[in-house]
Amino acid sequence: MPEPCEPLQPCEARSDTSSDRPVDLAATGTATLQSGPRSRPWRRRPLPRLRWRAAAPRPATGGPVPGNRGLWSDAWHDLRRNPVFLLSALVILFLVTIAVWPQLIADGNPYQGNLAKAQDGPAPGHPFGFDLQGRDVYTRTVYGARASITVGICATAGAALLGSVLGGLAGFFGGWWDALLSRIADVFFGIPILLGGLVFLSVVTSGSVWPVVGFIVLLGWPQISRIARGAVVTVRQQDYVLAARTLGAGNGRMLLRHIAPNAVAPVIVVATIALGTYIALEATLSFLGVGLKPPTVSWGIDISSASTQIRNAPHMLLWPAAALSITVLAFIMLGDAVRDAIDPKLR
Amino acid sequence: MTRLLDVRDLRVAFRTRDGVADAVGGVSYAVDAGRTLAVLGESGSGKSVTAQAIMGILDSPPAFVTGGKVFFQGRDLLTLSREERRRVRGAKMAMIFQDALSALNPVIPVGAQLAEMYQVHRGMSRRDARARAVELMDRVRIPAAAARAGDYPHQFSGGMRQRVMIAMAIALEPELIIADEPTTALDVTVQAQVMDLLAELRREYAMGLILITHDLGVVADVADTIAVMYAGRIVETAPVRDLYRRPAHPYTRGLLDSIPRVDQRGGELYAIKGLPPSPLALPAGCPFNPRCPRARDICRTDRPPLYEVSDSGATDAGAQGRASACHFWKEELHGLDPLDPLGAAGTVGPLGG
Repeated sequence: MPEPCEPLQPCEARSDTSSDRPVDLAATGTATLQSGPRSRPWRRRPLPRLRWRAAAPRPATGGPVPGNRGLWSDAWHDLRRNPVFLLSALVILFLVTIAVWPQLIADGNPYQGNLAKAQDGPAPGHPFGFDLQGRDVYTRTVYGARASITVGICATAGAALLGSVLGGLAGFFGGWWDALLSRIADVFFGIPILLGGLVFLSVVTSGSVWPVVGFIVLLGWPQISRIARGAVVTVRQQDYVLAARTLGAGNGRMLLRHIAPNAVAPVIVVATIALGTYIALEATLSFLGVGLKPPTVSWGIDISSASTQIRNAPHMLLWPAAALSITVLAFIMLGDAVRDAIDPKLR
Repeated sequence: MTRLLDVRDLRVAFRTRDGVADAVGGVSYAVDAGRTLAVLGESGSGKSVTAQAIMGILDSPPAFVTGGKVFFQGRDLLTLSREERRRVRGAKMAMIFQDALSALNPVIPVGAQLAEMYQVHRGMSRRDARARAVELMDRVRIPAAAARAGDYPHQFSGGMRQRVMIAMAIALEPELIIADEPTTALDVTVQAQVMDLLAELRREYAMGLILITHDLGVVADVADTIAVMYAGRIVETAPVRDLYRRPAHPYTRGLLDSIPRVDQRGGELYAIKGLPPSPLALPAGCPFNPRCPRARDICRTDRPPLYEVSDSGATDAGAQGRASACHFWKEELHGLDPLDPLGAAGTVGPLGG
């Protein structure tokens, strides 16, 4: 990887003496653009930051210079220095870990209750107290992460996949396919999410997470598809797509290689933020009794059963609710950070 | 001998909300292998749309080819299937765009974009294709090509980007290259380098080159033939020297007169009055008549066909290919004092103002 600092000086020196030679002139132009502020003015960091970077010893090779690589490495560079991103990423990493291996930090059984201890407060070995059935609130809160994270990630993946494929095709091909798809998306947009949940999910008897995931994907894809369609329509009009066509690229190649990588950023941003809201939605549906159903351990279910006892045993409500809030907040903060990194113009 | 590209009476219409706009109203031109045709015209004269129709990349809707034939190596491109046309693009004919920054994919390193050409069209392995890409960058004189192949388009200067664009166009050694204002976005010194490179590559590979431009200065050295377009039609075609020396159409004369010149200082620069007509409402008769200083009654009623210009006094043997869409091409051609061809500013012709 060529670093702009090294070749710049010889080029400049040469252009002073022999600027009439075309190749030298051109070489100078390259070097100037590489390191000059014109390379990507809107991606430049504010001044104090630059000064700090200049003062810091720069690694000799491979050191990422802002605005010097592609969109993704720029974004990654921004993200690594964003405390919001680091904090939320740590929280999410922790949540994912306990969702996969809850035994790591909770060795109890979330289903085993001791009615004698029902609604008791914190006790040694049971820091969060006991719920109505005398089950350990701490263990249940830890195990509840699995349902929330599973629903959040699966629903987001499903909605993002379905939405971006449909929206992308609509944006690329346009015409009647676009009109048809946009109208279908409008129909799903029109369904109020809670009412829809009550209607669709009340007929489901399965207690697993999949009906809830399916429902969220069904109502969530239009949002993604609109974003994806818009992004693809914008990118499709770019000269490089036309250029790819003049060089003989087929539709598939244009979509996958030239359009998708340039249109995917807004989809990622919206999907990351949506992930947090999907988790909240699962909890809401479970709270209302139409989402996940016992014996599945879910924060929504626990909040629901604790809500009637809020006066005499607030700890039953407090811990699952806090866990839910932190999870949703972490994902939304992550989404915000990703958006800032991918699209600085939105700041 | 079949010509490399022979466009005959090509018509392109845009279906807009306000009606059908005839962007290209019957354009005919031809290019031979190893020759350069410059298509000259103002913005909106239909020169780019003609090129897009030839390439088969018109954005339809709203644009549609409504008539004509495009013979490329003897085959009419307009009758080919979509897939056949796609295979012609890139391999047999390629296009260079005005703004190389927006015509290169911003998220793919330039080396990979070049290599893609070989991987897709020639089925080369990634490694071989990369090697060829570097060779190609070397060929268009990008300094330190091997080191820069991994750079992204925004890391190149304007001139270097245009070189990458050119490299991409010549990658598969096509027979025809259409360069759509390849130097408009560049500054003057770089313009000359890019034009030289284009001319050199054209000679080396014996390609036909269609150079679309609105800059008379750019074409003078490079082109063999010039076609001047106005309002979607060709108003004059001529070998480059004849056109500069003795234009046979008042529009061409006006264009030549509006070039600033070193030996005419102080005076006000000549400008063609008015604006080009809207393609939705072309004037009756000659489309140039509202702006023509020598328009007569017949110009307002009868559309002039493309007259063949034959001039016994022509110095160039290639003068046979001349044509002008002016009723009074003879007067135009002889309107100037042959001993002082560029002296009279053209505003006062033999027919008066």
